Amino acid sequence: MSDFTISRRTVLTGSVLLLTSTALPTIGLAQTPKKGGRLVVAADSEPRNLNPAIVASNGVFFISSKIVETLAEASFEGKDGLDPRLAIGWEGAADGLSVTFKLREGVKWHDGKPFTSADVAFSALQIWKPLQNLGRTVFKDLEAVDTPDELTAVFKFAKPTPFQLIRNALPALSSVVPKHIYETGKIEENPANNAPVGTGPFKFAEHKSGEYYRLEKNADYWGKDQPYLDEIIYQVLPDRTSAASALEAEEIQLAAFSAVPLADLDRISKVPGLKVITKGYEGLTYQLVVEINHRRKELADLKVRQAIAHAIDKDFVVKTVFLGYAATATGPVPKNDPQFYTADVPTYDFDVAKANALLDEAGYSKGDDGKRFSLKLLPAPYFNETKQFGDYLRQALAAIGIDAQLVNNDSAAHIKAVYTDHAFDLAVGPPVFRGDPAISTTILVQSGIPDGVPFSNQGGYKNDELDALIAKASETLDPAARTELYKEFQKKVAADLPLINVAEWNFISVIRDTVGNVANNPRWAVSNWADTYLAG
Amino acid sequence: MTRSLTLLRRRLVGSVFVLLIVVIGTFLLLEAAPGDAVDAYIASTGGDAGMIELLRHRWGLDQSALTRLANYLWALLHLDLGQSVSFSRPIRDVILERLPNTLLLMGSATALSFGLGSALGIYAGARPGSFRDRFLSIGSLALYAVPGFWLGLVLIIVFAVDLRWFPIGGIESLASAKTGLDRAVDIASHLVLPVSALGFIYLALYLRMMRAGMAEVWRQDFVLAARAKGLSRRRIVLAHVARNALLPLVTMLGLQSAQMLGGSVVIESVFSVPGLGRLAQEAVAARDTPLLLGIILTSAVLVVVINLLVDIAYVFLDPRVGANEASA
Repeated sequence: MSDFTISRRTVLTGSVLLLTSTALPTIGLAQTPKKGGRLVVAADSEPRNLNPAIVASNGVFFISSKIVETLAEASFEGKDGLDPRLAIGWEGAADGLSVTFKLREGVKWHDGKPFTSADVAFSALQIWKPLQNLGRTVFKDLEAVDTPDELTAVFKFAKPTPFQLIRNALPALSSVVPKHIYETGKIEENPANNAPVGTGPFKFAEHKSGEYYRLEKNADYWGKDQPYLDEIIYQVLPDRTSAASALEAEEIQLAAFSAVPLADLDRISKVPGLKVITKGYEGLTYQLVVEINHRRKELADLKVRQAIAHAIDKDFVVKTVFLGYAATATGPVPKNDPQFYTADVPTYDFDVAKANALLDEAGYSKGDDGKRFSLKLLPAPYFNETKQFGDYLRQALAAIGIDAQLVNNDSAAHIKAVYTDHAFDLAVGPPVFRGDPAISTTILVQSGIPDGVPFSNQGGYKNDELDALIAKASETLDPAARTELYKEFQKKVAADLPLINVAEWNFISVIRDTVGNVANNPRWAVSNWADTYLAG
Repeated sequence: MTRSLTLLRRRLVGSVFVLLIVVIGTFLLLEAAPGDAVDAYIASTGGDAGMIELLRHRWGLDQSALTRLANYLWALLHLDLGQSVSFSRPIRDVILERLPNTLLLMGSATALSFGLGSALGIYAGARPGSFRDRFLSIGSLALYAVPGFWLGLVLIIVFAVDLRWFPIGGIESLASAKTGLDRAVDIASHLVLPVSALGFIYLALYLRMMRAGMAEVWRQDFVLAARAKGLSRRRIVLAHVARNALLPLVTMLGLQSAQMLGGSVVIESVFSVPGLGRLAQEAVAARDTPLLLGIILTSAVLVVVINLLVDIAYVFLDPRVGANEASA
């Protein structure tokens, strides 16, 4: 399938190039990047902390990944799916107790001081491990970082840690911040958290609360001739409809992270000069999941969970809720993951009769009113699609005699109700797959997690076999063996249904066609944009 | 002048109690909402148990609600609004940054609805029951019935997207380095659409009030006397009928100021204006109690001050008002 697309694209590019070389020399497709210009981008929120070393989240990366760089970035072509950034080489020891990074030479911080291995050691030990939302898990066994010279950093682990995991974590978890700025005072209260200093292609210039962020070109950037843009402005547009209007009025040139609602895409794709792009988010896949509270006696029964899985028409959800901009899911690893995904898992076709039969078998027969039992259903409010799927799920459950009461909350109330108070029977959640199941996926089904941890198993599910499998995978060093264990993990999750994976989606960008070099890596919206340019 | 001073003193004492009730009420309401600032924060970041505990401690949320309220009131007594959790900045600074935008938006919209509303009201009320009276009354009522966000969106699509006469939002051009007159013109052009959206909705109120007041005054004896004197119709309408019908409108102006603040929440979001209304909405979503309290206090002070000004204006507009209070 993908081969076909690529070949077709190649053919098209070829013919367009032929055309441009003869008739229309100005409509270049792959022209040499132009220098200069201001790129204006829509932003829907203003993160309270812009330090990506502390807060590894897409909202923060969207702005700060241009200022603060990671050791490596995700890549479509690079080895192990990585492109070097601040590190130019990485190697794991056979015993899993150390990883050696070779660092880039001649890199300077925005304040002119040189970047060295001491900065990497400081960031890893003082920030990623103790303070970072994701790093606290992945780097929990990091014991020391040796710096034999200014361009070598050797990570030492107390317990064998799979190199594969560290590698997969690099694009999101390894933002390096300057030691000389953070070593005095409390790291959490450092003013640089709101005006980051990094090594990236753009410098933080100003933030006018409620209006915009402005980043300006770093003239001393290590990338040859980069960056091309003079300025990036993030215009804060809180209203869901304003990004589309601003694009049409040519006030902004880019709306990433599906800032333009799916329902508007069809119309906006016909506006001359605007492009709808679905590429560039492959490394940030969101999953549509039904979270289940196993403390409810009915839901503790596997037959009931199977019945619910059979009652959901995944194709309908993809077509209607996501308007086709999503894929159906088979299990806890998304189909577009190149390393771990397996299709060889138990599946649940849309089959209302079978679902009804399963519920009868489980002993929950229909009452006189046609209902078997009632459930509380809490759709997460973060996305239109999670809310709409909540409405759909309610109807799908009604068809099999389960009466679901919808409870709609705002973010804070939802987080508290589901993850602290466990005041739900079913919830709709959008967990993120971050390139390795150990980063934020196994935690969704693993037992023994304290109350109140968001985006984790708070449904009271406990499966010793699955827990043992997760523990074994976390200490398996051989990548092939580790991958096999995660395939086994997917099978077990799909068979026992601690949660139900319904669909997986990536975001959409709407861009002016004058913007060049877009969507050229799997985390493009949150990468550094050093090669992005404005033509014309 | 002494009349207004007495009025001022009485009003201030009353206002302090009103503000205290507003603060405690808001605090309790937000306390009753499920989820706290940490829940709102981790919704966008995630985090483990240790990190959550650390945040609750650092933001003072591990203390009881009563302790926090007492601390807040104690600080308030020293005119300290506290530190915003979601901005990690002093609340005073955050509010002062946004206040001018809201005042500008609200002030212009009030001027528009009051000015145009009463002028059209006079025009309609000059001939009660005429075609133009009916047309204006029904037309303004239709506008009043339109939801603010919808009117805002329509204005954006027509005047910003299609015609491109005005910018789609914001308070001024982004990082434009404009100064002086250029900047004033730039801000004015950004304000045209939001001010129209906000102002046109409340226009009906003033128009209908003016018109109804005038219909009433037309029946009074002194109008008959003025007619008998042979005054021109124009003079009767403006100097006698309209002037007498104007007083209730001024009262309305004071009352409306609170509603304008509420309406600006929606308009500020639709037009991306960085004002107090949007800030309040963000404060609720982030469960940033001290920030929300700060905004509500500011708004309450604003409403109290406007009403005080209205009362004082009344004293000057109508010599009968305040005479008793001053002598008492």
